[in-house]
Amino acid sequence: MIGLGVADPSQAQHDTLVVEDLTVAVGTVEVVHQVSFALEAGQRTGLIGESGSGKTLTALAIMGLLPEGLSANGRVLYRGRDLLAMSERELCAVRGDRVAMIFQEPMTALNPVMKIGEQVSEPLRLHRGMGARQARSAAVQALERVRLPDPVEKMHAYPHQLSGGQRQRAMIAMATACSPELVIADEPTTALDVTVQAQILELLVGLVEEGGSSLLLISHDLPVVANVCQRVLVMYGGHIVEEGSVDDVFGEPRHPYTRALLDAIPSLDEDLPSRKLRAIAGSVPGLGEFPPGCPFRNRCPRADDVCAVMPAIEGSDHRAACWHPLA
Amino acid sequence: MRRRLPLTLVVGVLLVALVIVTALISSVWTPSDPTHVEVSARMKGPTTSYLLGTDQLGRDELSRIMAGARNTLLVGIVTVLIAIGVGVPLGGVAALYRGRVEDTTMRLSDVLLAFPAILLAIMFAAVFQPSTVTAMAAIGIALVPVFARVVRGAGLQIMQQDYVTITRTYGGSNAWIFVRHVLPNVSSVLIVQATVAFAVAILAEAALSYLGLGTPPPTPSWGRMLSESQTFLDQAPMLAFWPGASIALAVLGFNLLGDGLRDLLDPKLVERLELSS
Repeated sequence: MIGLGVADPSQAQHDTLVVEDLTVAVGTVEVVHQVSFALEAGQRTGLIGESGSGKTLTALAIMGLLPEGLSANGRVLYRGRDLLAMSERELCAVRGDRVAMIFQEPMTALNPVMKIGEQVSEPLRLHRGMGARQARSAAVQALERVRLPDPVEKMHAYPHQLSGGQRQRAMIAMATACSPELVIADEPTTALDVTVQAQILELLVGLVEEGGSSLLLISHDLPVVANVCQRVLVMYGGHIVEEGSVDDVFGEPRHPYTRALLDAIPSLDEDLPSRKLRAIAGSVPGLGEFPPGCPFRNRCPRADDVCAVMPAIEGSDHRAACWHPLA
Repeated sequence: MRRRLPLTLVVGVLLVALVIVTALISSVWTPSDPTHVEVSARMKGPTTSYLLGTDQLGRDELSRIMAGARNTLLVGIVTVLIAIGVGVPLGGVAALYRGRVEDTTMRLSDVLLAFPAILLAIMFAAVFQPSTVTAMAAIGIALVPVFARVVRGAGLQIMQQDYVTITRTYGGSNAWIFVRHVLPNVSSVLIVQATVAFAVAILAEAALSYLGLGTPPPTPSWGRMLSESQTFLDQAPMLAFWPGASIALAVLGFNLLGDGLRDLLDPKLVERLELSS
C-alpha cells in the first residue's frame, strides 16, 4: 500500500528497524493507522506530535509492550524478523538487549525500594546471564558511562536519593547497558529542567553515536528534535503526516499541521507581548472522534471536500500526506 | 527533626518482648516443673515457693504460665508461617497471571474466608487427633486468605508500574518480577499483617484449647488453664485471672505492635496525621 522502498533488499540491509502498516487498536477503535517508516542504522530519528497522536503507542507496539486491551497489527521488522510475530520468549531475547527503551518519568520507572545498583544490574543479569557480582561491576561501568557522579556510592542509593537528572542518567545506563542497536526514548527529558535536559540529550546522543546505535526520539518538543535528530516523523491522529530530513521538514514543511506546529513556537527576537502566541485552532479530538479522512481536516485552514478521503503519504525522501501540500 | 516513636509501638514492643522473654526463659528454667503434681499443695494462694499459687492439682501456676507463653509463641509463629507460606504465593500468582487464575484463587480464598477457623479446627480434630499440630494447621489455613488478598491487592498496583514494564523488556519472568519487585514493595504491609495475624492466632489457639481441641494435656496452655479453672472459680478465682490476663496482654501487645508498625511504615498515613494535627 504505502510504499517505502522497503522491498529493495539493499535498502533493508541498512535499516535497523522497518515498520510496515502498523495499526494499533483499542477494541475496535483504531488509534494508530497503518503507520510505516524505517529507521536507518546509526541514524537519529525524531517522532513528534501532540499528546494523543499515537507516538507512545507506536513505540510500545514496536516493543511489544502494549497494555492489556490494545492490539497491534502489521509488521515490525528488526533485521528482517517480525517482532510482532515472535513468541514472548523470542521477543525477550531481542527486547531490552538489542532494542531498548527509555521511559519518560524516571520516578515511576525505577523501583522505589530497590537500590540503583541492583536495578542497573538487572538487564545484565537477565540478558547476559551475569552473576550478581559480575553484573555489579558492569553496572558501575554503565553508571560511569552516563557520567553519574560517585557511581560506586550511587550503586547503594535508592531512587529517591537521586535528583531527577541523576535518575534519568541511571535509566539511560540501564537501557544502554547491553549496547542495544536501537534505543527508543519516549520523551526522556520532559520531566527535567531545561539545563538538565540539554545535558541528558547530549549524553544520549554521545552514547548512541559511540555504540553506532539508532535512536528513535519521541518528543513534542520541536527544538529538541531539531537539535538531536537527522530525520523526523510527524504524527497526528494516529497517522504519520510528514516525514523527511530535519532540514527539509522544519525548513520547508509540506503538511499544514507541521507548519502550524512550527508557527506555534514563539521566537526569541519577537516582542512577545505585542504579538499573541499562535495556537492551532481547535483541539485534538478524543479517541475515535477524529473526522474520517484526513484527521487534521477539522482544524486545517486548507481543508476542503477532497480531504474527506485520507491522502496517501507521497514523495521520495521528503514525504507528506496531504491533498493540498504547502510548497 | 527526629520523629517520636508512636506510643502504641512502644507499648506493643514491651508487651511482645515480655511474652518472648518469658517464653525463652521458660525453655531453660521455670521456678518448678510445670507438670509436677503436688497433691498436698492444691489451690494454694501465693507463697514464697509458689509466687502465683498452685492450681487444682498443686502445680505451680507461675511455671505453667511461663511454659504456656512458649506454647503460645510456637503456635503463633507456625500459624503465621503457614499463612504466609501459602497466602503470599497464592496472592502473587493471582496478581501476576490475572484472568482465570486470579478468579479461581480469589474465589477459593473467599470460600476459605467464609469458613470460621474454629469450624475448620473441629473438622481437623475430628479427622485426626486434637493436637497442637492440627490447631496450628487449622488456624494457619484460615489465615491464608488474609495474606493472599493483601499481596494480590498491592501486587496488582505494582504490576502497573513502569519499572515492572521495564523489567519485562529485559525479559524478566513472572517469578523474577514477583521476587525482586513485588515482594520488596509489599513487605511493609506484610509485616504489619503478620503481626496482627499473630494476635488472631494466639486468640484462636486459646479458644481451641479452651474447647479441648488444641494443645492436649499435660503441656500447659493458657486456653486450657482458663477452662480448667472454671470449675473452681469460687474457690480460687485467681487461677482464671492469670491465664486470662496473659492471653489478653499478649493479644493486646501484638495488636498494638501491628498498629504501631503500620504508623511507622506507612508514610502516607503519617503525612495525613501530620496534616490533620
